[in-house]
Amino acid sequence: MGGRTRKVLGVTAMAALLSLAPHAGLAAGGPTTVELGTLSRLFAPVPFDHAKHTGLAGSCAECHHHTLGEAPVDPNCARCHRANQPAKSVACRECHPAERFGAEYLARLAANPQLYHTGKPGLKGAYHQKCLGCHRAMGGPSGCEDCHPMTEKGEAFYHTGKYAPAPHKGGHEE
Amino acid sequence: MKKIDRRIFLKGGLAGGAALAATGTAATAKGAGTFNGYPNSMGVLVDLTKCVGCRTCEAACNKEQGLPAPDKPFNDTSVFDEVREGGQKRRTTEKAYTVVNRYDVEGREGGPVYRKFQCNHCQEPACLTSCFVNAYKKTPEGAVIYNPKVCVGCRTCMVACPFYVPAYAYSSATNPVVKKCIMCYDTRLKFGRPPACVEACPQEVMTFGKRTDLIKLGHERIKANPGKYVDHLYGETEVGGTSWMYLSDVPFEKVGFDTTLGNQPIISYVKDFLGMVPVVLTVWPALFTGFHLLANRKEAKKKEEENKG
Ligand code: SF4
Ligand code: SF4
Ligand code: SF4
Repeated sequence: MGGRTRKVLGVTAMAALLSLAPHAGLAAGGPTTVELGTLSRLFAPVPFDHAKHTGLAGSCAECHHHTLGEAPVDPNCARCHRANQPAKSVACRECHPAERFGAEYLARLAANPQLYHTGKPGLKGAYHQKCLGCHRAMGGPSGCEDCHPMTEKGEAFYHTGKYAPAPHKGGHEE
Repeated sequence: MKKIDRRIFLKGGLAGGAALAATGTAATAKGAGTFNGYPNSMGVLVDLTKCVGCRTCEAACNKEQGLPAPDKPFNDTSVFDEVREGGQKRRTTEKAYTVVNRYDVEGREGGPVYRKFQCNHCQEPACLTSCFVNAYKKTPEGAVIYNPKVCVGCRTCMVACPFYVPAYAYSSATNPVVKKCIMCYDTRLKFGRPPACVEACPQEVMTFGKRTDLIKLGHERIKANPGKYVDHLYGETEVGGTSWMYLSDVPFEKVGFDTTLGNQPIISYVKDFLGMVPVVLTVWPALFTGFHLLANRKEAKKKEEENKG
């Protein structure tokens, strides 16, 4: 989905996140809530409780990989990225493109077959793989609407809610 | 013209027609089973370990292809408990070009496996080679598409397809017509864009790219995650290779994949029969003989593979 009618980011929260100096007191630092809304279309933005999750994750690198200057958790990333190599930005969307399937990004991928991070997920994939991956593993909430309520566009897309099919009369069609 | 060249080529009659020879594709072709596909054809790599069974891909396909409203909402997971005749899980239909099924695999950490399923866009499609009226076409972009205006609804492709993909629309009793996933050719693939289901998936289960790159990526992913994946890319070689390929952390046969198909395209087993059929629209008795033969060949081939294993 191109996210044509995409909402503007939760600007305040995102600005807070972006302004986070990479070296600032990390364990205790970070914004308290971040509204994840870049991709919002079928679902409403996610009011992400950052403070709660920093406590749960144990290490910032669990989600922010190497960008804060901590050693990455994944040994495969650690082959190149070491500790004390903070990145310019720690925001997810800085590295994980929102327009993962847009012409521009696809062209970039095609033009550079040597690109190391070819399998890097886009923003939507990164959010879901990271959040849902952990939620499922830890027994956290893992239904779609546990994190983001469906919008009316979403109901139309999924043929649910007020767009649900009329109840079926005679068993299934086969 | 081009379509006929390809047909002849697939039958192993020629080392490629003019159109193919010009692109160099057919240079090494000796006959069926040696066609390595169009060099720049696209594909999709499906990583089953990432799928969470949300069915967003099904909803996206329904919308993109303008299919009729579903019987149940796309966020209704009770469909995973539906059982078809003979204990079968859901299959693709004329109203659903892709379906997701759930497989409970004993002893797997992290719950059941979900598997999205649609046409695999074979390199040497049995649907195409079995079609009497040349309704099918494998495009250079990788999609296996069909011309509904040409289709006579004989169901041969349905029998020929090793993955049981093509379905039929019976909206008109006199003119049933084949219906299946076309890799979003008309609306997306043709323009270099990934299929709707690929783009919609929240988990990015599917990676869209050149088939040759995806094969590398698949093997790299297996290597970079020791112990995670089964060391096999389903579709890399099966039935001569498919444009859609799969990675899994459980044996493929446990999650609905037929691992008895072998690496030869189905055409190898039907081409002598095809040689028997002179041109388009042979008499019906011949057609049904062929129909039957085809079904038997596919089954015989499967048994053969099973006995081997
Ligand atoms: S999966 Fe079946 S319908 Fe699809 S291309 Fe292969 S033979 Fe044809
Ligand atoms: S590729 Fe297109 S037609 Fe095929 S299953 Fe995906 S959305 Fe449907
Ligand atoms: S949209 Fe993606 S995660 Fe959801 S069922 Fe389809 S393939 Fe699986």
